[in-house]
Amino acid sequence: MSISRRIADEQPDHFAFSAENKKLIKAIMAKYPKERKASAVLPLLDLAQRQHDNWLPMKAIEAVAEACDMPEIRVLEVASFYTMFNLKPVGKYFIQACGTTPCWLRGSNEVMRCIKDKLGISSGQTSACGKFSLLEVECLGACVNAPMVQINDDYYEDLDYMSMSVLIDRLDADDVPAAGSLRGRQGSQPEPAPTSLTNVVDFKDASTAKKTKSSPKTTKGKGDGHA
Amino acid sequence: MSGIITLTVDGTEVEVEEGSTVLQACEAAGKEVPRFCYHERLSIAGNCRMCLVEMERSPKPVASCAMPAGNGMVIKTDTPLVKKAREGVMEFMLINHPLDCPICDQGGECDLQDQAMGYGLADSRYQEEKRAVENKNMGPLISTIMTRCIHCTRCVRFATEIAGVPELGAIGRGEAMEITTYLEKALDSELSGNVVDLCPVGALTSLPYAYKARSWELSHTSTIDVMDAVGSHIRVDTRGNEVMRVLPRINDDINEEWISDKTRHHIDGLASQRIDRPYMRGANGRLAEASWDDVFAAIAKAVKKAKPSEIAALAGDLADAEAMFALKTLIETLGSPHMDCRQDGSVIGQQGQGGYLFNSTIAGLDEADAIFLIGANPRHEAAVMNARIRQNWLNSGLKVFRLGEAVDLTYPVKELGTDANILDKLVSKGGPVITALKNAKRPMIVVGAGALNRKDSAGILASVSAIAKAVNLVTPEWNGFNILHTAAARVAGLMMAFLPAKGGKATADIMKAMEKGEIKLLFNLGADELNFSQRSSNTTMIYIGSHGDHGAAQADIVLPGAAWSEKDAIYVNMEGRVQHAHKANFPPGDAREDWAILRALSAVLGKTLGFDNLDALRAALISAYPVFGNVDTAQPARPKVLGRKQAISDLPLTTAITVANRGAGNSRNFYMTCPISRASVTMAECVKAFEANNDVKAAE
Ligand code: SF4
Ligand code: FES
Ligand code: FES
Repeated sequence: MSISRRIADEQPDHFAFSAENKKLIKAIMAKYPKERKASAVLPLLDLAQRQHDNWLPMKAIEAVAEACDMPEIRVLEVASFYTMFNLKPVGKYFIQACGTTPCWLRGSNEVMRCIKDKLGISSGQTSACGKFSLLEVECLGACVNAPMVQINDDYYEDLDYMSMSVLIDRLDADDVPAAGSLRGRQGSQPEPAPTSLTNVVDFKDASTAKKTKSSPKTTKGKGDGHA
Repeated sequence: MSGIITLTVDGTEVEVEEGSTVLQACEAAGKEVPRFCYHERLSIAGNCRMCLVEMERSPKPVASCAMPAGNGMVIKTDTPLVKKAREGVMEFMLINHPLDCPICDQGGECDLQDQAMGYGLADSRYQEEKRAVENKNMGPLISTIMTRCIHCTRCVRFATEIAGVPELGAIGRGEAMEITTYLEKALDSELSGNVVDLCPVGALTSLPYAYKARSWELSHTSTIDVMDAVGSHIRVDTRGNEVMRVLPRINDDINEEWISDKTRHHIDGLASQRIDRPYMRGANGRLAEASWDDVFAAIAKAVKKAKPSEIAALAGDLADAEAMFALKTLIETLGSPHMDCRQDGSVIGQQGQGGYLFNSTIAGLDEADAIFLIGANPRHEAAVMNARIRQNWLNSGLKVFRLGEAVDLTYPVKELGTDANILDKLVSKGGPVITALKNAKRPMIVVGAGALNRKDSAGILASVSAIAKAVNLVTPEWNGFNILHTAAARVAGLMMAFLPAKGGKATADIMKAMEKGEIKLLFNLGADELNFSQRSSNTTMIYIGSHGDHGAAQADIVLPGAAWSEKDAIYVNMEGRVQHAHKANFPPGDAREDWAILRALSAVLGKTLGFDNLDALRAALISAYPVFGNVDTAQPARPKVLGRKQAISDLPLTTAITVANRGAGNSRNFYMTCPISRASVTMAECVKAFEANNDVKAAE
């Protein structure tokens, strides 16, 4: 049995960083003084997790410990402290659903209910099909567009029961939607249109302090204000 | 140096050294501050919040253990706000702590229980579910009930900082935090038992002592440990006549507040394999019970038959000074020069006190800036001293060099291999170690039993002497020459010259002479590490000791002695510190204190010793060897030129005591170095757990 229920009982026998990741490790290590190798523990854990289907087996912990010149238990402490690291296998789509107050006030319970209804899982579980895992997490810093979930690397915001349901269906078909607000908001701008800063000083002309009346600008790209 | 700062605690002004914490300032002012995570000898964690105090100009109470004291601070520890804050902390603490004090081994000596009396509320307001945590396997010495853990992390800090085995950790966070080892294995440390003392609650308790006694049923005796030559200060807790447990006492010059696992847990061996009445080998060759009168008569007969030069005496590793002195006096009155207290066969002791003591003193380890270990393994030969060396390395980057077996010492060591011949080369050609010792302000050379037990040890000592001279090891201010002893009895024996007198034989020669039948009668005072099976059949061996071990098994006459906890006795540690141990319980059956047996025997032999009580014996000892009168202080001395010219062999330099399994050879395992620890079931379990750990490592 493993030392904690959060750690997978079944563990692979081996883990080795890929050649590509080894190069990356070198680059990461170069950022820190030689005697401070431990500083690289987080990026290395992240690399290991990405290389290993989004979860960290004990052998990966040991590999990181060796690379960072740290005792194994110290690396395990770090890996188990952050919810971003999985010590058990997770589904292809790893849903981290925020349940902290702003999201909760804005209906995160509904989002959770949707996940439960559609996938039959609650926090810490993986769906029967093995494709989805859910973890309830604390604030992910996108409260402006609450409620939200993070799926693998992307944030999906402005959710409700219906949009969460559609999101799951699309993911199930491996049709990954663009990240950001699922209500089509740009960033976190007010709806339906900006209400402030409608009168923006153009940076180029700032030196001349000439004010121009410009039409509301929106930031480019998908996503939100939190990047 | 650091200055002095003044602050006010509860209206009184106190002065503390710069760098102190507010908590220390409060203590200096005589105010008690409750705490769980803070510990004087560990780094500051500041995570329990029990030590909250009020500080002027701070809107919130502050954690005093983590707040540096500043000049002019005004601290209050007894305001309603402080009380309320601590009550709040206590209430949170108790949310997840089980209320199982009646079945908890810590009950009666639990910090949490005590503090709850002061700061706990009468009723719980908590209605929700409590947390439960699975217990962890931490080996044969530590019982874990992790639901009781309050996450103070003292155990984690101890393992990492003092023991130097970063194997304990806190995984998860918040309510889900758990203390565990990596992969659930026994802590790979000789000091692991100390986490039981450190744990402020009943999460980590002593496994061998589990459910054996309640703290208030025990009587306490302050005494001295004999499991190594450190002379740790300990407290023996007894119930009735049974030794229930051993705890450390604080002594900053010796063991600080730690003791080794052997010291703490060998005690079940005190009650097993005991010799509780006299035995004599009968006509059928088997040892059979006998009366005191019969055995004394038999000894008298044997003494009469033997010429004085055919009598010899050996003293073992646990012998107390009084017994050795009584035996020495008896042997001298019988007219024999053959005696030795060095059953390991070392050749130290005849060239003055400075040549066989740990002259830098144990506390001196804190000041050293370069150490050269020669055949010494402080980790297993003197575990608490190793923790000091490690502290020094942690605090100031002490440089350690080693010639000898590469045992992991929990700090980095520059290895010079295991070939003792390089010592001569170091003298003539120098090298990094010589440079380091030369440049050091407080250099130390530590010669261990591994170098002294060899046939060529005189040659090794001669080379060490030459190095000592070359690097200016001994100056008027500093004495860097050290012998690391492993036996509690040894230094006392050397101090009273329990050594071959003029024309006398040393251990190895006595053994040889017994094989040839030249020595006909041997008094063996607890020397159990020797193999007497080859001795000639016309020799007689009288064994005086407490346990049925190698010595008694091979003896013709066995006299039941008292074990260390059963006598008032003097032991001298490796610094030459004369320490009085005290009797905690009574010897079993017919067993008597060893000196009293020898005194009674002397009367039967018609050579009555000149003392009939312990005080008279001690007076005689002190008048013969005044060093014994100087109690409780280290007595370092300038070493003379040691050893003599002798070729050094190619044999690799090993260590005398370690945990590594060297097969069936004569290696001594840390957990089993003497008759008592060999009789201990707990120690046997430690050996097993250690081997299992090694198997895990090997499998990786
Ligand atoms: S086990 Fe004991 S010493 Fe260790 S963190 Fe828990 S309460 Fe503290
Ligand atoms: S509360 Fe959900 S992202 Fe901040
Ligand atoms: S003793 Fe100060 S926070 Fe624990």
